[in-house]
Amino acid sequence: MISDLWILATASLVAISCSMVGVFLVLRRMSLLGDAISHSVLLGIVLAYLIAGSRSVVAMMIGATLIGLLTAWLSNALHRVSKLQTDASIGIVFTWFFALGVILISIYAGQVDLDQECVLYGEIAFVPFDTIIWGEQDLGPRALWIIGGVFIVNLILILLAFERFKLVAFHPALALSLGVSVSFWHYLLMTMVSLTTVASFDAVGAILVVALLVIPASSAYLLASSLRSMLWFAAGYAQAAVLLGYALAVWLDSSIAASIAVMAGVLLIVTVLVLQWQKQRHGIKVKATVLDDTFH
Amino acid sequence: MGDFVAYNPSYWALFVEFWQLNDPNAVWVLIGSALLGLSASVIGGFAFLRKRSLMGDALAHAALPGVMTAFILFHANTPILMFLGAVSSSFLGLFLMDWLPKNTKIKPDAAMAITLSFFFALGLMELSYIQGLEVAGKSGLDKILFGQAAAMLPHDIYLLSIVAIIVLIMVALFFQKFRLIAFNRSYAKSIGLNIPFYEVLLALLIVMSVVIGLQIVGVVLMAAVLLTPVAAARFWNQNLPGMLMTAGGIGAISGVLSANVSYMAPAMPTGPWMVVMLFILFVISFLFAPRKGLLSNLAQQRQLRRHVCDENVLRTFYILNERHPVNDKKEHSAIDLGLAFGEEAILAVRGIAIGKLKQTLQRLEQKGLLSRTHDTDGWRLTEMGMFAAMTLTRRHRLWESYLTEQLDMDVNKVHHYAEQIEHLLTDEETLQIEQALAQQGALRDPHGRKIPDSRNHPIQDEVAK
Repeated sequence: MISDLWILATASLVAISCSMVGVFLVLRRMSLLGDAISHSVLLGIVLAYLIAGSRSVVAMMIGATLIGLLTAWLSNALHRVSKLQTDASIGIVFTWFFALGVILISIYAGQVDLDQECVLYGEIAFVPFDTIIWGEQDLGPRALWIIGGVFIVNLILILLAFERFKLVAFHPALALSLGVSVSFWHYLLMTMVSLTTVASFDAVGAILVVALLVIPASSAYLLASSLRSMLWFAAGYAQAAVLLGYALAVWLDSSIAASIAVMAGVLLIVTVLVLQWQKQRHGIKVKATVLDDTFH
Repeated sequence: MGDFVAYNPSYWALFVEFWQLNDPNAVWVLIGSALLGLSASVIGGFAFLRKRSLMGDALAHAALPGVMTAFILFHANTPILMFLGAVSSSFLGLFLMDWLPKNTKIKPDAAMAITLSFFFALGLMELSYIQGLEVAGKSGLDKILFGQAAAMLPHDIYLLSIVAIIVLIMVALFFQKFRLIAFNRSYAKSIGLNIPFYEVLLALLIVMSVVIGLQIVGVVLMAAVLLTPVAAARFWNQNLPGMLMTAGGIGAISGVLSANVSYMAPAMPTGPWMVVMLFILFVISFLFAPRKGLLSNLAQQRQLRRHVCDENVLRTFYILNERHPVNDKKEHSAIDLGLAFGEEAILAVRGIAIGKLKQTLQRLEQKGLLSRTHDTDGWRLTEMGMFAAMTLTRRHRLWESYLTEQLDMDVNKVHHYAEQIEHLLTDEETLQIEQALAQQGALRDPHGRKIPDSRNHPIQDEVAK
């Protein structure tokens, strides 16, 4: 019973952290870069394992963040130098990083405490068994502490720099003319995405995290009328997905992480259908609500 | 997964064994991988042109739940069943990806990420559900995530080969139409082409190529096989047929190489190896392709910079000669261009690094445009150099006149433009400017200096030879 609670708490923190940074990815139309980073973070994690020789949290965080930023930078550089389309250069870079990560896992399968299974699903069911012990005290699951820390970092950053994030998300051109370094905020966001992805890795793996980044934020985007409300909606959708997904997983005896991601998608589909139905019932084309109270 | 050790001497033996092509199964895998690489790269070219490079990524992920659903419904994993399941769920994904941005305010990139991750999660959920069932035949299912060529059976490869060949034939048949739609949609529409039909056909071909790739490359990395070859081919070719052929070749090579890896280490996932091979080929193309590659571009830029430097120094010689007291009183057409100047004199007029100037002077000497005067340790223009310097000065000053007189530009600004254009103007263009300016009578530049007349210069005929 207590272990169910640990799993739910971890999943809920993972979902809320992802949806928080996801909101900015969706608004800045960088969902695909988020997808790319969450894939290539795998290489960072594997390299950190191999170099540090242990499951060191600090090494993993550093490795994954560096590779995440490298993905963002390299795709951009490739786009500029070779004049390939943005999404093409993103695709070339992240598939390469991810492929290297999978190959390294296969080659060093004996040395690395990682396998393809946990890259895909994560191992949230094992989260309660890997606990931090301080003296005599059992402080709870390690994964929970990591994602909790990242959640707090994300929260503080967003609260402190809310206006800046808003400005850069909605009016990058204005931000530039006001002398705000758009690329600083861009790479800060990418750092947050990398950190969140690597902290979620234990729980949900490298690929399902994309669902948690993009789907709750997109559902929220459909309903929200301001950045503040979009963040709240996204958090709400994320929590609902965790609860429903956990129930689904228990019922079907399926992967918890995958079921949570599926429920996030189902909630989005329901939202879209309800909105469509309302549109038709009113008989008029409801103008898509625009996030217009940016400067309230 | 754990039976691949960092180095094992028997790999070389396995490598040789593979290329002796005695193992019929290995030969089939080889043919299948090559065909898959070929067809996926060619069809990926069209997705690339439509600026939907990552569509293949979403479609491949979207195929996963189809395969799993087919298995749950029929408890069998025959290739044709898996194929049909994958194609139908990929199409559903394609529809969703298209429908969301059109009917809601969700943007296309988010729609793609949503489709990709939702379908993938659904497929994984079903897979984890299947793992818990007590049924036969479920063991091969997880191989479609990262691909495992070695696990393929002959009838998998038959299906793959047939579909790949169908895709290639369709591309050949409808090539003109696909090209027209990709490059000039509105024209295609105006001549009455049934665009929706060809769009769906192209989508079907892309979906088919993605689906047959699942067993070799896997869901997760299939995107790279559609995208990377054509991105690499772009550096080698200008025209579409050539580009598609190069892309197909690159795809086929990577297929062959990964079939080889798969033979040497059967437990290794094939997909990641194929992607790494493709990336290596991409980097080679990006760096070394003639004309459009990075190195060739840098070489061209270097050449251009040298050319500009040469011409600047030549024109500096003209100006130095013109300003020299010896030429003060002379008729402009009779000035002596053969005076010698040292490096300091040149540096006083033209801002250039001393090392660069020395190199340039030597280069000009090699070209026979300058000669060294040993007594004064200076340089003077040769006959050919004089002609070149006159021509350049003429272009420069003609352009200045043209800008001020015909385009009413500020006299103080025209020098900057002329400084750039003098390296680019052709003889014909110079002639046209002359004719445009001929009405004004005496040819002087806006600063009041004479424009030298390099026409009918005796050396001209020699240069022409």
